[in-house]
Amino acid sequence: MNNETENDLDKVNNELSKAQADEQSDQYLTFFMAGEEYGVDILAVREIRGWEPITAIPNSPSQVLGFTNLRGTVAPIVDLRHYFGVETTSYGNASVVIIISVQTDKGEKIMGIVVDAVSDVYNFSKSNVQPSPELSQTKQAQYVKGLGSTEDKMVILLELTEQLIADSDIAADRHLLVG
Amino acid sequence: MSVDLSQFHQVFFEESYEGLDVMESALLNIDISAIDDETINEIFRAAHSIKGGSGTFGFKEIAEFTHVVETLLDLIRSDQFEMKADHVDLFLKSVDCIRTMINQFEKGVSCDMEVAGELKAAFTVLLDGENETSSESNEADSKKSAQPNDSHSGAEGWQIYFKPELDILRTGNDPVRMFRELSELGELSVIAVTDDIPSISDIDPEACYMAWNLTLFGGATEEQVNEVFEWVVDDSELVITPLMLQSDTREEDLETSPNVGVVVSEHEATIIPETGENEEIAGKEVAEAKQTTTKKAVAKKEVKTESASIRVGTDKIDDLINMVGELVITQSMLSELGKEFSIENLPKLMEGLAQLSMHTRELQENVMRIRMLPISFAFSRFPRLVHDMSKNLNKKVELVLLGEQTELDKTVMERIGDPLVHLVRNSLDHGLELPEKRLALGKDEMGKITLNAFHQGGNIIIQIIDDGAGLNKEKILSKAKENGLVSASDHLSDDQINDLIFLPGFSTAEAVTDISGRGVGMDVVRRNIQELNGSVEVESKEGEGSVFTIRLPLTLAILDGQLINVGEQVYIFPLVSIVESIQTHDQMIHRVSGGCDVLRLRNEYIPIVKLWDVFNIKPKHETVEDGLLVIVEGDNIKIAVLVDDLLGQQQVVIKSIRENYRPVHGVSGATILGDGTVSLILDISGLIKLAGVGRDAYKKINDANDTEAA
Repeated sequence: MNNETENDLDKVNNELSKAQADEQSDQYLTFFMAGEEYGVDILAVREIRGWEPITAIPNSPSQVLGFTNLRGTVAPIVDLRHYFGVETTSYGNASVVIIISVQTDKGEKIMGIVVDAVSDVYNFSKSNVQPSPELSQTKQAQYVKGLGSTEDKMVILLELTEQLIADSDIAADRHLLVG
Repeated sequence: MSVDLSQFHQVFFEESYEGLDVMESALLNIDISAIDDETINEIFRAAHSIKGGSGTFGFKEIAEFTHVVETLLDLIRSDQFEMKADHVDLFLKSVDCIRTMINQFEKGVSCDMEVAGELKAAFTVLLDGENETSSESNEADSKKSAQPNDSHSGAEGWQIYFKPELDILRTGNDPVRMFRELSELGELSVIAVTDDIPSISDIDPEACYMAWNLTLFGGATEEQVNEVFEWVVDDSELVITPLMLQSDTREEDLETSPNVGVVVSEHEATIIPETGENEEIAGKEVAEAKQTTTKKAVAKKEVKTESASIRVGTDKIDDLINMVGELVITQSMLSELGKEFSIENLPKLMEGLAQLSMHTRELQENVMRIRMLPISFAFSRFPRLVHDMSKNLNKKVELVLLGEQTELDKTVMERIGDPLVHLVRNSLDHGLELPEKRLALGKDEMGKITLNAFHQGGNIIIQIIDDGAGLNKEKILSKAKENGLVSASDHLSDDQINDLIFLPGFSTAEAVTDISGRGVGMDVVRRNIQELNGSVEVESKEGEGSVFTIRLPLTLAILDGQLINVGEQVYIFPLVSIVESIQTHDQMIHRVSGGCDVLRLRNEYIPIVKLWDVFNIKPKHETVEDGLLVIVEGDNIKIAVLVDDLLGQQQVVIKSIRENYRPVHGVSGATILGDGTVSLILDISGLIKLAGVGRDAYKKINDANDTEAA
């Protein structure tokens, strides 16, 4: 990885810790995936890393790419493109991994999501977030918290659940629904 | 007094369990013909701490019951009561009873007092009997026990003579604090008795040479007064007399009725807190205690038997702190070096890195050592078990424990307990003969069971050795044939026959009675041990006894692994499960209808599992001929796994994949290799299931080929 991206990551990580210190606001970290902007609750974000080689998990659903070594912890990496039917790309130095923690019944689980690029940190008040109507009937709905709008753009806000690493193959499910 | 005591409950429970263990082992060590004072003292001290603790935390039932036990122990200690063999049993029963009570408090369920009541009655009978023989103390006793009732009806106060032992300040008890507490009960006057203070040159500044005459006015009950002195009463001279009866009996009291009188009356008082505010306070306390314990119980329900904390010697912790210090120094040195790095500094960097790796390894070793406990923790339950069982079975047994200081990982220890109990029970029940039979066979009447533990390589070996009848091979074999576990034409070696007892399906109820009996859940024992990456074997000589040998890894956190690769992935086989690795020839491989290939190896037929196939990955070599076969064993089934290549062997640190993901079939965990990548550790029984090699199929293959060969 070149120095520039590393500096960028540092900057974002700094901003991240600043934002986390201020817990009052509803802040979202946004990122790009296939040209679309998505957001996750910033309090769930642990850190942002560059792409590192991963170890495939035998017979895993297609959205779970494999395990990575997170300073001694073994964490799965998922590709959200599979949830939204976006064409998968190859992963490389340009890819970014956002490490998030997801609350489950058995405590928190750490996992990473692969994205194209990290964008910004936005404040969304409750009134700025609308449920997305077209998705409400489909299976993807459970991964979408709503749509957040700012003055000039719209961000898809994601719901982080344990379902991200569920057993079933999301891509297959989606085709079933579409078909 | 607004300190929330419930935060200390867990510590109290743990300490009490430890105390009970001490009592139990001391009781079992007692030689009735020559009672050792130190042993009795040990039991007494343990009982005393439990009583004190339970009183403080408001577990009245435990305090009351333990108190009775303690009273009798105190009599024995002061040679006023002769201990007999059946008393030991009574004490053992009460140890159990206290353990149950503590357990119930821990779980937050209400205390079952039935057993406690019975035992208490038995103790009271003993105590009364004792009191009758010494009429003087009995008199004092009755006089005293009458007093608490008086005190309720309005004693004006108490005259207290308190002379603590010299060490009182060193044990953390402060008389001033006690007096302050007393002064809360009423108007208090304190007169110090300074007679015993030595001349200044002889004085030990930390000792307490003082005694006090205290006068407490007001409506305090004797119970309340006693409570103040609860922690020191046994090490001090303490005489409490009601103010109205106060006379010169002090001296007489001291001589004739030492602690007996005082202690018993205290006991009476706690049993009858019928009237007044006392009851209310007690009730409140109990209710509070219950509330907190229930709260805890909800949270702790799942982990109730495995204690969550661990006691570590301070020296181990000091070592760790030192090492972390070193690590920090090395780290700062390296970062300093990295700030302005030039190539001249390269040797320095290398040196620093070497230091870093040394510190890291040391730190790892030491952290591992924290989890290591001597195996005596697991062995400690056996004296009692053997004592009780031999009584039930009318057998005479001597239990020998060897290598108790052998250290073992705590998690392994917790999970080896049950299999060990099972094996010892089996040896006792089915291995050892009855005394008459032993005599007839020319053996010593007393059977012998030895538990032996020692280290061997990176493993710990635990042996259960008995000098009983041994395994009856003929019966085992005929039984196995009957059950279809071996075919009639099979010729098995002695070891193979002995090994049959570990097969599932062998341990039928019938087998227990018909055969020499072993085999009750032996498959469960083996499975439990295999789950710990260990193994169990039996050697036996008919008529001379058997030896069960358990081999366990020292820790669950580290595993000896064989690295293999398939395509681009590196996987790890636990070294213990590998039988051998071979390169194959065409003629060794047979294709059985249904697509399953088998390997013929020394007249055994082993199903071939292609790892790339079951894991859906792309290999370098798809066919069996090009790759290597690693023969592994799990659940008593052998499979030959096709891999691309064997890499090195190394110790790997096991990481959970369940923590952040979920279980994966065929994979038991993961580890991080030297280059920082994650590698998966293969689970043999999981692979067998994944590949669809069932026990039946496995047997069918081998049976079919047997007939073919015949």
